[in-house]
Amino acid sequence: MAEDKFTAIIVGAGPAGSTAAYVLAKEGHEVLLIEKGAQPGSKNMFGGRMYCHALNRIIPNFWEEAPLERPVAREIITLLDGDQSVSVSCQDLTWTRPPYHSFTLLRAEFDAWLASKAEEAGAMVACNIRVDDLLIDSGRVVGIRAGEDEMLADVVIAADGANSVIAQKAGLAQMFAPHQVATGVKEIIELPPETISQRFQLDGNNGAAQLFVGACTKGMQGGGFLYTNKNSSSLGLVVNAAELQRNQYRLPDLMEDFKTHPHVAPLIEGGRVAEYSAHLIPEAGLAMVPQLYGDGIVVVGDAAGFVLNLGYLVRGMDFAIASGEAAARAVMAAKSQGDFSRQGLGIYRKILKESFVLRDLEFYRRAPEFQENPRLFQTYPRLATAFASRLFTVDGSPPVHLLQKILREIKESRLGLSRLAIDGWRGATWL
Amino acid sequence: MKRERLTIEQLLGVDKFVVDDQEAHIRLNKEHCESCETKPCTFACPAGLFAVKDGAISFDHAGCLECGTCRAVCPKAGTALIWCYPRGGFGIHYRYG
Ligand SMILES: Cc1cc2nc3c(=O)[nH]c(=O)nc-3n(C[C@H](O)[C@H](O)[C@H](O)COP(=O)(O)OP(=O)(O)OC[C@H]3O[C@@H](n4cnc5c(N)ncnc54)[C@H](O)[C@@H]3O)c2cc1C
Ligand code: SF4
Ligand code: SF4
Repeated sequence: MAEDKFTAIIVGAGPAGSTAAYVLAKEGHEVLLIEKGAQPGSKNMFGGRMYCHALNRIIPNFWEEAPLERPVAREIITLLDGDQSVSVSCQDLTWTRPPYHSFTLLRAEFDAWLASKAEEAGAMVACNIRVDDLLIDSGRVVGIRAGEDEMLADVVIAADGANSVIAQKAGLAQMFAPHQVATGVKEIIELPPETISQRFQLDGNNGAAQLFVGACTKGMQGGGFLYTNKNSSSLGLVVNAAELQRNQYRLPDLMEDFKTHPHVAPLIEGGRVAEYSAHLIPEAGLAMVPQLYGDGIVVVGDAAGFVLNLGYLVRGMDFAIASGEAAARAVMAAKSQGDFSRQGLGIYRKILKESFVLRDLEFYRRAPEFQENPRLFQTYPRLATAFASRLFTVDGSPPVHLLQKILREIKESRLGLSRLAIDGWRGATWL
Repeated sequence: MKRERLTIEQLLGVDKFVVDDQEAHIRLNKEHCESCETKPCTFACPAGLFAVKDGAISFDHAGCLECGTCRAVCPKAGTALIWCYPRGGFGIHYRYG
């Protein structure tokens, strides 16, 4: 194989890598997309749902052919504390009509489909191959090594996900610190479609996305999620790795506690667990973005730390897709100049800045810092649930006005009004 | 109402694995683990693959979900814990994801 030189070798057939391969192949470039799994997607899991905007620009009306589960109609946020919970639920039916807002999906099917689009467009897709190393010649990346095989390319695109070994080998990224990543675990729980629709008050095949904060992580930084698929629900937890390092709870136990929590269990009652999965999520936003390109190499998707977690929403798929596209455009620009050096590929950053990728990460640059506040995961869920419970409780005791109710709860939480004000201000201006 | 909890063995039991009998993708240099006081891998691994038995750490690479959490939390990653992905085609095979 060493005699064929590709324009680009893309390591990893997740959404970032497959999009880059698709865009390049469509323009007639020779690309090789390498995946270590037996099929694209067979190594990948996520929460749940993809916002449509990024892919719709690249493959218009992709929902007509992509394997998707349900268009999300209902968003629910639930604060949990012991016996009490408070939920906010929002339904918007315009989200369930073209150009659809977001879909729940399953990665094994979806990633395989997206890679097949790249293949149809002319990319070569090679599965069952783990890339072991980069070929470097006088400081520039010239290809990859997988076992005994060496393959050459003008550019290598590192699309190898959160545990990016490739970006580290190129000297572009350092090993992340524990607080910069979180571990997600998830169970696929099968249920009849009508049961799911009824439990979440959904019309037909509409879907729901529910996030949980508080007791589900026992106050640790993180949260729970539930996404409804056609005939299963994806239920899981995300916990920051620095919290896990403190050895308070075993992750599988935490997951079972969450699943059997009385506010959660009825949602999945009677379901059969079909799969258990786990994956890392980059959580530090801009602070963990590596050098995005070097001589002969570009980094995309999770490998570049392109994930946004605002607490009330999580985005990674749309960033992966848009950064894959940006990398493809940068490679094409570099090719037209015949310059694949660091300088020639520098346009990648410019394209990312003009797209939502770096714009949004910069806009929400303080969101990761906000999430490190332990009060978000313990004090506030407790405060909100206690207040709401008091609001609805009638037990013959003397009445008090709303303001007093709030103040009493704040006093009991020993929070202090100034701290509350600071947290509130930060939430309102950083998120 | 009592709800059914699954053990980690039951959870991993529903997953599909292609176990590599020839090559372990994660290796421990156990002499380095001896001086690791907190052994966070034993709590953090979502597959519960690390355990302390008779004071020594034990680990089994079959059942690994390839998340990288152990690598993230191990204070001696690179020396005590040598981590990489399984060889192409081996390891966890998600049918849903
Ligand atoms: C628990 C959890 C919940 C999430 N929820 C959401 C959500 O609801 N919405 C959302 O938009 N995002 C979500 N995300 C984030 C989203 O999953 C990621 O941002 C997205 O998958 C990144 O895509 P990627 O292509 O960069 O990487 P990946 O999808 O990780 O793909 C990387 C690919 O590279 C392959 N690979 C790696 N190394 C090699 C190698 N050496 N050789 C060959 N192949 C290799 C892997 O097998 C894999 O197929 C979630 C993530 C997690 C973990
Ligand atoms: S693998 Fe790492 S965390 Fe686990 S016991 Fe050894 S040194 Fe400690
Ligand atoms: S990679 Fe994940 S599942 Fe595998 S041993 Fe490490 S922590 Fe456990």
